[in-house]
Amino acid sequence: MMLIEDLSVGYRETPVLRGIDLKIEAGEILVLVGGSGCGKSTVLRTLAGLHRPSGGTISLDGQPIARTSAERALVFQEDGLLPWRSVRRNVELPLAIRGVSKSSRRSQALSWIERVGLGGYADHLPRELSGGMRQRVQLARTLASGPRVILADEPFGALDAQTRRAMQLLLVDVWSQQPTTIVFVTHDVDEAVFLGDRVAVLGGKPTGIRSIVDVPFPRGDGDNSAARAEILAALGSTQ
Amino acid sequence: MRKHLLRGGSLLAALLLWQLLTSLHVNFWLHFDRLPTVVDVARDFGYQLQTSLYYRDLADSLARILIGFALAAFAGVAIGVAVGRSALTGDLVSPPLEVLRPIPAIAMVPIAILLFPSNEQGIVFITFLAAFFPILVSTRHAVTALPVVWEEAVRTMGGSGRRVLWSVVLPGALPGVFSGLSVGMGVAWICVISAEMISGQYGVGYRTWQAYTVVDYPGVIVGMLTIGLLGFGSAAAVELVGRRVTRWLPREAEVAR
Ligand SMILES: Nc1ncnc2c1ncn2[C@@H]1O[C@H](COP(=O)(O)OP(=O)(O)O)[C@@H](O)[C@H]1O
Ligand SMILES: [Mg+2]
Repeated sequence: MMLIEDLSVGYRETPVLRGIDLKIEAGEILVLVGGSGCGKSTVLRTLAGLHRPSGGTISLDGQPIARTSAERALVFQEDGLLPWRSVRRNVELPLAIRGVSKSSRRSQALSWIERVGLGGYADHLPRELSGGMRQRVQLARTLASGPRVILADEPFGALDAQTRRAMQLLLVDVWSQQPTTIVFVTHDVDEAVFLGDRVAVLGGKPTGIRSIVDVPFPRGDGDNSAARAEILAALGSTQ
Repeated sequence: MRKHLLRGGSLLAALLLWQLLTSLHVNFWLHFDRLPTVVDVARDFGYQLQTSLYYRDLADSLARILIGFALAAFAGVAIGVAVGRSALTGDLVSPPLEVLRPIPAIAMVPIAILLFPSNEQGIVFITFLAAFFPILVSTRHAVTALPVVWEEAVRTMGGSGRRVLWSVVLPGALPGVFSGLSVGMGVAWICVISAEMISGQYGVGYRTWQAYTVVDYPGVIVGMLTIGLLGFGSAAAVELVGRRVTRWLPREAEVAR
């Protein structure tokens, strides 16, 4: 469980968000939405340990978060892969960092690459892949590192609608077999309602969270239109 | 095919012009009558290729440039990375280097002669200095221009500072490092040849100047050609290795380079 208490984030002279209180259950998908520039990335980077909070505390299973760690993997919007490494060697990197032996990290990487539907592309360089394929590789790399929390910053934001849908389904598929805590940032309300157990709307004043909306039928076929309307209303009132 | 014929023809015409101007002793403001003909040069080249002295000079020049260049590559990359990664290191190390940087290495020859116990070390030092600055500057620039997302990705995988250095900074900076190595190799040749002319014993530059002082003009041209071939060969070698290790670059960037 990730516990965020009275968190404020910002940069030197510019406070961005304050008074954020959140309790994220293990295995939950929490989606953060908010207008552009409201501080979604800043919050996520703070959870990753890349950015120091200006106040408040964050803890994961009772342990305070002070710096980056393999427990909290960050998925980037694009270009998060190392362009000089092949697909396989990109996916192997977190395993190498964890000290997994060469032969074992090779077979694990290949099986994750297979899992995200890129079997046969293991020896390709990132530049030889489409944007959607690169995001699949990032997903494989993140999953291979076996994090307790996945922090995703608009990972499908640069993809076309069809590819984006395929990626959402892929994410739900691997998540349902291995439920990991996911904090997912998006500016797409439909994506938020489709993926999230809960959706937090950021950007309020004086507290950073405008509202938290429970999604009644997460990742299912039920009618989530009320939750969707509630999120849109909260977004509208912050802009 | 036609292109090759045209280019070959152009080269041939230039040689022919040289042969005519020199064999006819043309003296029309420019003193072509003092220069050796193509045939003289070719004969002398053929002769020198059979002497051991020619290879001794070649080996000496190559050893000087390879040692100086290797030291410069090592120091330039190491210091460039350190300065590019840490502002504190930059403030501590950069000021004296920035003062030395605009001084052409060849202007340091007198100091090198005074400073080092032997001329040999002085020449290597000049070569080192010449190649060092372009390598340092390119490396530093490449390191500071690295997108932060790669480092952040490795950090959030639990990677240490050392991991970031070896898996992100060095490979990511490699294209920039190689453009520095290319420039460095070029100026290193200029400087090793000049330094040899001023203070060498053996070496292609020394031999070329020596030929001039003993009025062996075909020898001067053979020296020049040898220097040109060595410069071409070393530039091509750096280029080839650079291409190999930066194959991952996007195509546009490859062309721009
Ligand atoms: N490195 C930075 N230094 C100063 N201000 C920044 C920096 N990065 C982002 N900001 C500011 O912080 C605010 C939140 O940015 P960000 O978290 O990227 O928003 P979002 O991801 O929601 O679009 C913006 O107003 C932005 O201008
Ligand atoms: Mg953002």
